[in-house]
Amino acid sequence: MTEATTAAPVEKSELEKRFPDAVKADARPGYAGFLVDTSKLIEVATALRDEMGYDYLSSVTAVDYYSDAPNAENFIEVVYHFYKSTGGGALELKVQTPRENSTVPSLTPLYAGADFQEREAYDLYGVNFEGHPDQRRILMWEGFAGYPMRKDWKEAYFEEEVKPFKNRWPEGQVYRIEDRNPFNKNNAYPQGFDPTGFKETDDPKLYEVLERAAREYSEDIDTEQVVVNLGPQHPSTHGVFRMAVRLDGETIVALKPVMGYLHRNHEKIGERNTWTMNMPFTDRLDYLSSMSNNFGYALAVEKLMGDKAAPPERAEYIRVIMAELTRISNHLWAIGFLLNDLGAFFTPALYAIVERELILDIFEATTGSRMMCNYFRFGGVARDLPEGVLEKIKSLVTERLPRKIDELDIYLSENELVRSRSEGIGVITPEEAIAFSTAGPVLRASGVPYDVRRADPYSIYDRFKFDVTVRQHGDVYDRYMIRIDEMRQSLQILNQALKDLPGGEIMNGKNPYQVRVPAGESYGRVEGPKGELGFYIVSNGKGNPARYHVRAPSFINLTVLEKMCVGQKVADVVVNLGSIDIVLGEVDR
Amino acid sequence: MTDTNPTVNSAGYEVPPELRQNVAITTLDKIWNMGRRYSVWPMMFGLACCAIEMICTAASRYDLARFGMEVMRPSPRQSDLMIVSGTVTKKMIPQIVRLYNQMPEPKYVLAMGACASGGGPFKEGYNVVSGVDQYVPVDVYVPGCPPTPQALLHGLMKLQEKIDSESITQVRWYGKEDIPAIPVPLLGPDLIDPRDNELIKQETSKKPAAPAAAPAAPAPAAEAAS
Repeated sequence: MTEATTAAPVEKSELEKRFPDAVKADARPGYAGFLVDTSKLIEVATALRDEMGYDYLSSVTAVDYYSDAPNAENFIEVVYHFYKSTGGGALELKVQTPRENSTVPSLTPLYAGADFQEREAYDLYGVNFEGHPDQRRILMWEGFAGYPMRKDWKEAYFEEEVKPFKNRWPEGQVYRIEDRNPFNKNNAYPQGFDPTGFKETDDPKLYEVLERAAREYSEDIDTEQVVVNLGPQHPSTHGVFRMAVRLDGETIVALKPVMGYLHRNHEKIGERNTWTMNMPFTDRLDYLSSMSNNFGYALAVEKLMGDKAAPPERAEYIRVIMAELTRISNHLWAIGFLLNDLGAFFTPALYAIVERELILDIFEATTGSRMMCNYFRFGGVARDLPEGVLEKIKSLVTERLPRKIDELDIYLSENELVRSRSEGIGVITPEEAIAFSTAGPVLRASGVPYDVRRADPYSIYDRFKFDVTVRQHGDVYDRYMIRIDEMRQSLQILNQALKDLPGGEIMNGKNPYQVRVPAGESYGRVEGPKGELGFYIVSNGKGNPARYHVRAPSFINLTVLEKMCVGQKVADVVVNLGSIDIVLGEVDR
Repeated sequence: MTDTNPTVNSAGYEVPPELRQNVAITTLDKIWNMGRRYSVWPMMFGLACCAIEMICTAASRYDLARFGMEVMRPSPRQSDLMIVSGTVTKKMIPQIVRLYNQMPEPKYVLAMGACASGGGPFKEGYNVVSGVDQYVPVDVYVPGCPPTPQALLHGLMKLQEKIDSESITQVRWYGKEDIPAIPVPLLGPDLIDPRDNELIKQETSKKPAAPAAAPAAPAPAAEAAS
């Protein structure tokens, strides 16, 4: 059912044969992949990377298996998803560690892309990654009490383990939860804590790390270095993102991204919500492309639910149409704002936003909302296309958008200023791009033709003819051009999908109030506009996910930001960041 | 300035028709407020999803410039209006308070969307502040998740109405007393509001009745119920 079972079985046995003591297949019902002995993890991962071709570490996350029942087997499991950069299904490794003093060897020296993801697992689950070069909290701040994603950690506004809460309608009465908190706020403090004279510890630690990183960058002349904070309130950071930068004159010596300013606890809330309730929350991850987020989550859950949630033909086509329209609208926005960062303040963005608005009109007509579409359901979509919308999409796709994309291309791509500001800036080699687990346009601009739609096709993408766009230089200019190319490919897919769109049902069965999801795990991934968007979910057969993890492309793409920027001028930081195209809702979740 | 403008020229004095192109009689409050209501400079300050709708409001289709508000300033020192557009998190609120303190008077705050108004869909989250009004005073609340550009425009017009209703003799920023800055919260084991210090001390020094009840029932709720 999960991808690993469809992956080449030869390697499966090969891995087990190679490490007979350390690796064994995960035999729990509904699970796939391999359980690896903690002490052998590095060895196994090295073999995977160097000998078996699993060079792309897509996702690292932790799951807390906890029950307060007596004699319950409680442990934390760290889950890794490996892929080949040439395509194919996942290979899943799992490492189990006790909840007290959880320690797992860090994979960062092997796969640089594990860096932020391991920090996240440390931050939220308290798993220590031995050998991690910079293990600090990433989404919360240093000094925060507890590891919030652990099942026995309760927030200040805690009411009940799972939703829907009993005290609500029809039986109960709604009350304001803040009235039950002594501070009238969403705060709780450990016993005996005294706030007088309290000093923060987050920033000093950050500057310490920054200084350490700067020492590695040696220059002949000893000059005074300056620390500059870009953000969290900064017009170029696309939201509340902060970069602590150490400068030698105009040159970047060290850069550390600081995030979590929009960490709104998707995963904790997601584990409390019912399966269906999570759908509108996914809208708010990458809020520029809600339809793609819906798609990823729906795929992950449908994979677990099996045939009874297989969407009918028409729904599949509508899904693809919506996802591709989303990609276009997202890239229009990204290009507009990249030009903003390059110094062409708001004029190109205005042109891009006009086209985006037309796409939003279609979303609004279909789903009722411009941005937060909440359109996908398990086994189909929420509503059919209303009258007239199909014609609108057709005229947009065949007439207006191709012309407008050409227009952007003509005015921007050959522009002398754009080229001199972006060519040769922030170069990422293909090897680096794979090692840092970058995804989407960033990966493809570096010459790696990896697109989930082609590498590991989902939904009905195997029916369409389109090219996987790729550019060779890996600089800002290519990351801009790849988005233009991708919009054109999306139009191609749209043309085919619109031509073949069948009639019929849009839901498999009735749209249920509650869905039943069998126990097990699944990892659903789609090629979102920002890159590979994955949802790792674990079900224990109840009405709520036991684990709900989002592999957010913007977040993981940021791992490579420091690499892009060190050694370059401070003005290029902004451009490099713009070329990654992050959305903070997804970075911080 | 003609007599068709409702915001001036209504001081109760009749201006002869031949002079109406050149002369207007109005009150100081009215002319002062008119100047301010048509030149509100919002801070270029986006927090989350709502910021995207805020940008769309400023873009060509909805065109905020019609209200004299298109001059978005990234610096708080140059802005009059803080549009809190998105979820306010504990990690971000110290910065928001700091920015608010840095804005010169007269200053206004517009809470855009459900999150900024009261926590919204993420209210229960451990890193989420339930509404920016717990820390800074809010003038206008705009509901929606996210509010459409039309809704934001309506909120801004409500702000203009509020500006119209103010009088130069009564506003706080021309008063004799200093306006105290809002104490900046700290990031401790949880968010610390310095105004709550005494209360926090009092609550955390209570004998551990709370931890015993912790696994089953939430400690704060149990205390409040007792």
